[in-house]
Amino acid sequence: MTTTREFGVVGKPLARVDAVTKVTGRAIYADDMLLPRTLHCRILRSPHPHARILSIDTSAARRIPGVQAVITGADLPIKFGILPVTQDERALEHEKVRYVGDPIAAVAAIEEEIAAAAIDAISVEYEVLDPVMSIEDALAAPRDERIQDYGGPNNIHKLVALEFGDVDAGFERADHIREDVFFFQGNTHLPMEQHSAIATYVDGRITLWSSTQVVHYVHRALAKVLELPMNRIRVIGAAHGGGFGGKTDPFAHEIIVCKLAMMTGRPVKCTLTREEVFYAHRGRHPVLMWVRTGATRDGQITAMHFRTALDGGAYGSYGVASTFYTGALQTVTYDIPAYRFEGCRVFTNKPPCGPKRGHGTPQPRFALELNLEKISHELGIDPVDLKQRNFVKPMTRTVNWLRVTSCGLDECTERVMTASNYRRRERRPGHGMGFAISSYLSGAGTAIYWNDMPHSEVQIKVDRGGVTAYCGAMDIGQGSDSVLAMIVAEELGLQPADVRLVTADTDTTPIDLGSYSSRVTFMAGNAAIEAARKMRGMVVEAAAAKMGCDTSAVEVRGGRIGDFTFEEASVLAEARFGTLTSAGSYTPPKLAGPYKGSGVGPSPAYSYSACVVDLDADARTGLVHVNKIWIAHDVGRAINPLLVEGQVEGSVYMGLGEALMEEQAFRKGLHKWPSMLEYKSPTFVDMPEVETFIVETDDPEGPYGAKEAGQGPLLPVPPAVCSAVYDALGVWIDEVPVTPEKIVEALRRKEKGEPGRFGPTRFPAIPYPPTIKVEPPPRDLPSAAPAAI
Amino acid sequence: MKQEVLREVQRVVLNLDVNGERAELLLPVHKTLLEVLREDMQLTGTKHGCELGECGTCTVLVDGRPELSCLLLPIQLEGRAITTVEGLASGSELHPLQQAFAETGAAQCGYCTPGILLAAKSLLESNARPSRDEIREALAGNLCRCTGYAKILDAIELAAGRMA
Repeated sequence: MTTTREFGVVGKPLARVDAVTKVTGRAIYADDMLLPRTLHCRILRSPHPHARILSIDTSAARRIPGVQAVITGADLPIKFGILPVTQDERALEHEKVRYVGDPIAAVAAIEEEIAAAAIDAISVEYEVLDPVMSIEDALAAPRDERIQDYGGPNNIHKLVALEFGDVDAGFERADHIREDVFFFQGNTHLPMEQHSAIATYVDGRITLWSSTQVVHYVHRALAKVLELPMNRIRVIGAAHGGGFGGKTDPFAHEIIVCKLAMMTGRPVKCTLTREEVFYAHRGRHPVLMWVRTGATRDGQITAMHFRTALDGGAYGSYGVASTFYTGALQTVTYDIPAYRFEGCRVFTNKPPCGPKRGHGTPQPRFALELNLEKISHELGIDPVDLKQRNFVKPMTRTVNWLRVTSCGLDECTERVMTASNYRRRERRPGHGMGFAISSYLSGAGTAIYWNDMPHSEVQIKVDRGGVTAYCGAMDIGQGSDSVLAMIVAEELGLQPADVRLVTADTDTTPIDLGSYSSRVTFMAGNAAIEAARKMRGMVVEAAAAKMGCDTSAVEVRGGRIGDFTFEEASVLAEARFGTLTSAGSYTPPKLAGPYKGSGVGPSPAYSYSACVVDLDADARTGLVHVNKIWIAHDVGRAINPLLVEGQVEGSVYMGLGEALMEEQAFRKGLHKWPSMLEYKSPTFVDMPEVETFIVETDDPEGPYGAKEAGQGPLLPVPPAVCSAVYDALGVWIDEVPVTPEKIVEALRRKEKGEPGRFGPTRFPAIPYPPTIKVEPPPRDLPSAAPAAI
Repeated sequence: MKQEVLREVQRVVLNLDVNGERAELLLPVHKTLLEVLREDMQLTGTKHGCELGECGTCTVLVDGRPELSCLLLPIQLEGRAITTVEGLASGSELHPLQQAFAETGAAQCGYCTPGILLAAKSLLESNARPSRDEIREALAGNLCRCTGYAKILDAIELAAGRMA
């Protein structure tokens, strides 16, 4: 789909299509909706991290005037979960609670205060169980009982062991081998908008408006739990106040408001409090990592062995996928000829972890970049040189069968090196610069549940010059509506404002799997191109017939189709063809390798980033002041550079927050700081200047060559920060967040003659299963062709 | 106990001046300005992120000064001029700040945008050409999770230049 023609709107830094709606406060988010007779819902949540429920008494709550319905788990017994293999959640738990915040009962009342009072009036008798609060705890035999009744041994959820190529031989070939242990602390999305959902039940049909990233997956979960056919349920994505992965699971409150609407016959709304949002979580997994890398004297990687242990929280969520992701993408930036990955996810009595921007890959990226940096110091090679020597090449296949098409690693590196003057950086005490790279998917190559249907579909209707594009994609602020409008406008010779959009509505739009895994531009974008080109074909044919010329002579640009305005041409086409509709769809190529677990990692294209961080670190206080960040991102092609910059800057910001301050921590079973004041995130004054470089590599399969931009640029920031701290002070902080006390402690140890380092010292013994040995892909496989399965 | 409180809610009649329009409302005394704007006046442009005064999302102007509407009680505000995001534009003509936010991509999910627009308006009224650091200081109480703040700074500088 690569094209060299001049673009009309693609590549222009246009304002978002919803910009005016948003700056005037007219975008309608779920909590802004208040339908006539709406009831308000509040949810009773567990105060214990781990307990059996002995009894629930709702009689007092039911007696409160204004209370219309009270439900418990007995009313919603069917389990659900985002992954088919881990259907382990109930909308309301009535047998057992597994974290502080687990939902137990819900009330619908005429006022929110009455609902809150009713929640307080529900009495629950618990048998409190010993909570499991750490990876070490989860690996050991439970003192009371296991958190979930599947997985194992003990509180292990998932184990995986894969080997690609001959790893032992690779280590034998190495001149230098280094092992490191790292820890990446968990953190949360902290969207500015609290989750909210409002449902109606009219004429036997449910309609749910929700702050979700994935209307289709919510639709499926509702059908299952409510036992209704999908055609009786409509899920609409309301204006979205921020997701970052945190609204990618179907949530209890979404199911609860539907059930309460069915029972009361009235609209029911539930908006989570900020504290509840911390419990809804599904955020970054805390991951303990061990990495062993072998390299030749000149820094060529010969083998890598990577182990991860993920603290999953109380439920499955995306956890099986997250576990594979901690091992999948190491090979997509560095050419690793032999690679062994052992992963483990455990259950703990904390809010469930899931996908956060970069899903399962920022943690191993942190470990990988720092491990290679340490090797480079030991070999006396510049870390940038060592990494560059191992960069993957475009149009190749990795040892774990991932197909790499376009790859702008070299150019990204060059851009940030030159702009930051990294190689000739100022040397003064306390000042340092750090470098790291990364890669991310442009959409997961497989759906959450196995099926052969397209991952995205777009329909276009043209009527008297009016163009409407329909797509299930959800604009979560990243600008996917704008990208769709620009693509349709590009193909029809129009401006984005000429295209009306209907998106994220399971009744009126064809399927799109939703806004996760950075898939929308690539997948919905390709579907939109196909639909728009079919539509263009019809208006061009009608115009050509009227002009008496060949279709190839009809120019489509500037709002005109040959001799006619678009509106005139559309009337001609409607007269010729009848109702003007077209459709396009996108199904990713089958890219998975021939092994179990190969569904996690493949993507039709990978984005690449390189980053340099410049900071000052105070040896006395441990305080870090970031002066500037340079980031170059290979987005394939920037369909809208303004939006791409926004995604890159936002990713850098979020990565910096994770590197320096963001931390989802627990004490005695309780979240330490479920509030926006205590959960530290960067403010205006914390954020340094970010200089962004967009690198375009024109991906062969991306729409106009485009790839993802919304997640990848987060990944290099945490390791680049740690590398800069080492450059500044000569100590390694091998875990994030890099807080002042960790720096001071590392310096103190160094002064005492111990290793100048702060971080985990050992990786626990984990009963990994026997390693599945996978033959690397054959060399003669055409590199750009899909893998044979 | 909470149930007793519910029975004894005290209501008062208040006159509020919001965006230059006067409204007479019968309100429970404990209801916050945020709730009254959103629920009683249908001014849903004012958003909420924490309802504890931590995030700045619900910022409105009271007599031109930025205030957190989740921490204000309307009973304090009779005779004061309240401005929400709905009061920024003149008819269908955008305020220069709104125009600049739209052009520069300063609003992504748009949820923090109303509060930031109002805080920025107040800043520019007291300091027509603020430095980047002065903007950062003035907006330090408004969190945004999407933008990394960069395009918001660009937008405010652009608007300041146009308004000067």
